[in-house]
Amino acid sequence: MSKIGNLNRRSLLASALGFGLVAGAGAAVADAVKVSAIYTLPVEQQWISRIHKALNAAAERGDIEYTFSENVANSDYERVMREYAEQGAQLVVGEVFGLERAARKVAKDYPETAFLMGSSFGPVAPNFSVFDNWIHEPSYLSGMIAGKATESNVIGMVGGYAIPEVNRLMHAFMDGAREVNPEVKFIVNFIDSWYDPPKAKESAFAMMDAGADVMYAERFGVSDAAVERGVKAVGNVIDTSGDYPGTILASALWHMEATIDKAIANVKGGSFEAADYGQYSYMAYGGGSLVLDEALVPAEVVDAVRAKETEIMDGLFRVNVNDARPVSDN
Amino acid sequence: MMDILNILLSESFWAASLRIATPLIFGVLGALLCEKSGVLNLGIEGVFVAGAMSGWMAVWLGAGLWGGVLVAAGAGAFFGLIHALLTVPLGLSQHVSGLGVTLFATSVSYFTYRTALPNVSSPPRIEPFRALDIPVLSDLPFLGPVLFQQTALTWLALLMVVVIWYVLYRTPLGVAIQAVGDNPDSVDAQGLSVYGLRIGAVVAGSALMALGGAFLTMSAFDAFFFGMVNGRGWICIALVIFASWRPGKALLGALLFGAFDALQVRLQTEVGAVIPSQAFLAAPYVLSIIALVVAARRADYPRALLAPWFKGQR
Repeated sequence: MSKIGNLNRRSLLASALGFGLVAGAGAAVADAVKVSAIYTLPVEQQWISRIHKALNAAAERGDIEYTFSENVANSDYERVMREYAEQGAQLVVGEVFGLERAARKVAKDYPETAFLMGSSFGPVAPNFSVFDNWIHEPSYLSGMIAGKATESNVIGMVGGYAIPEVNRLMHAFMDGAREVNPEVKFIVNFIDSWYDPPKAKESAFAMMDAGADVMYAERFGVSDAAVERGVKAVGNVIDTSGDYPGTILASALWHMEATIDKAIANVKGGSFEAADYGQYSYMAYGGGSLVLDEALVPAEVVDAVRAKETEIMDGLFRVNVNDARPVSDN
Repeated sequence: MMDILNILLSESFWAASLRIATPLIFGVLGALLCEKSGVLNLGIEGVFVAGAMSGWMAVWLGAGLWGGVLVAAGAGAFFGLIHALLTVPLGLSQHVSGLGVTLFATSVSYFTYRTALPNVSSPPRIEPFRALDIPVLSDLPFLGPVLFQQTALTWLALLMVVVIWYVLYRTPLGVAIQAVGDNPDSVDAQGLSVYGLRIGAVVAGSALMALGGAFLTMSAFDAFFFGMVNGRGWICIALVIFASWRPGKALLGALLFGAFDALQVRLQTEVGAVIPSQAFLAAPYVLSIIALVVAARRADYPRALLAPWFKGQR
């Protein structure tokens, strides 16, 4: 009983404090939404960099006031969420893959704050919305390119952790490759780290030793190995073709702008509610796209991929979603 | 079984083992030198981070690769000096000070990196050490790819094993370092400085550890990133015990760990469909623990390890 009392008092105090701050800021700055982001990794990390970019763009337009904390440990994440909520952030953006339940509890304590979190699970009313990198569509297209490019019919894939958002992109990529090349075989490794390029590189070398001649570069380090051995790679989330000239056949890109802009507009309009923003990462919303190197990909493959892209955009082709851990063929 | 045999016979497997072992060789030699003098240095993980960041940053700022190696060693020596001053003349807890140094060195490295590069979309790259191409030797069957197509830092690591062995077992300085780790009173009675020897060993050992970190950003990869040291420093602390404080065995331990890791990557590729990847990733650590249990029973540890020594006190 006393616990509940405490909780109420605390959240009452929090919302009073938050309200005061928001009201104060509102007078000073026209009507920029106060957005705070909390990342578990540094802003250079591929995934995080896309969110950071979209929020920076919004801040440059003057739509939001943007603050962020990077490299926040999962064990510390809840505290930072509360701090931002108490400081009067109107929208808190981040990723809660390591603390799904705890994050939802925090959101419940701050009903006046909008939360938009990368999550493997669903939204919770009234204020906890979710997003994810739903770029399985461009991943499928990049798989078609890889399937045509391999001569050994072995494609190597190095992943970070086998979690749904990694798995589904890998499966989409594999489906795309199998569509154009039924002979193709995959070897799959996970390094259980989001950033250990030396380890990712060693994994990639091992796959090339086993015959892989196209690499799916889910992690930093894989493309470096591809360059050293002169094989081709397919990128994911960000475009790294500038860093590895002549190596990256294509990349499935993620654009967070559509998701972020929608959420900001909803907060501004007072209509933010718990929802799944995942669809704004789909190609139809401009949340995902494919970039390919026409110097490396044959023209007929480009045509086939573009035709499939049109089908996806028109809603005539749906890429299958499979969250299971992908495994090597043999 | 056939698969494992094929893997073990392939030259790329042994080349990978040596590559993976290189940072560990530096780290385990550094930790060994500190502990031989009687000081446990749990600052190793942070010193790795500091070496990785500062070496890479120096090269990125135009210091040249060997300049970067020197800067990394200097950064390691600096954090080693902090640890040495806290634990040797002040005689504070070596565990607490070491962990403190790890936290401090890691944070300072991240802070420096972020202050220098507040707005980068991907970590800036340097031109790292390339694999040496020695005429004739690099073309030897098997030995060529395994030994002679490694980078200069791997060679430096192997050279340091010999240097550390020679210094410890063939020079008066080495005898003094070992004595100060076993019986500091006897060293003091000889008129040698216990503080000086211990501080010197910790500083030099930490400089070596930092090269392990530098290898990660200047040879194994070409950029620095938070968290990329990923526990490699801690492994070295375990490997020292496995090595029973002997440089030759330290090399063996590092190579063994490297080989386990290279093997798990390849086995994951082969039979990953049946066994979850986590089992493979944990394998090198599990095997190290088993090896440790076996080896540590006979471990010949420095008698005065962890024991602070104060002048004039008996």
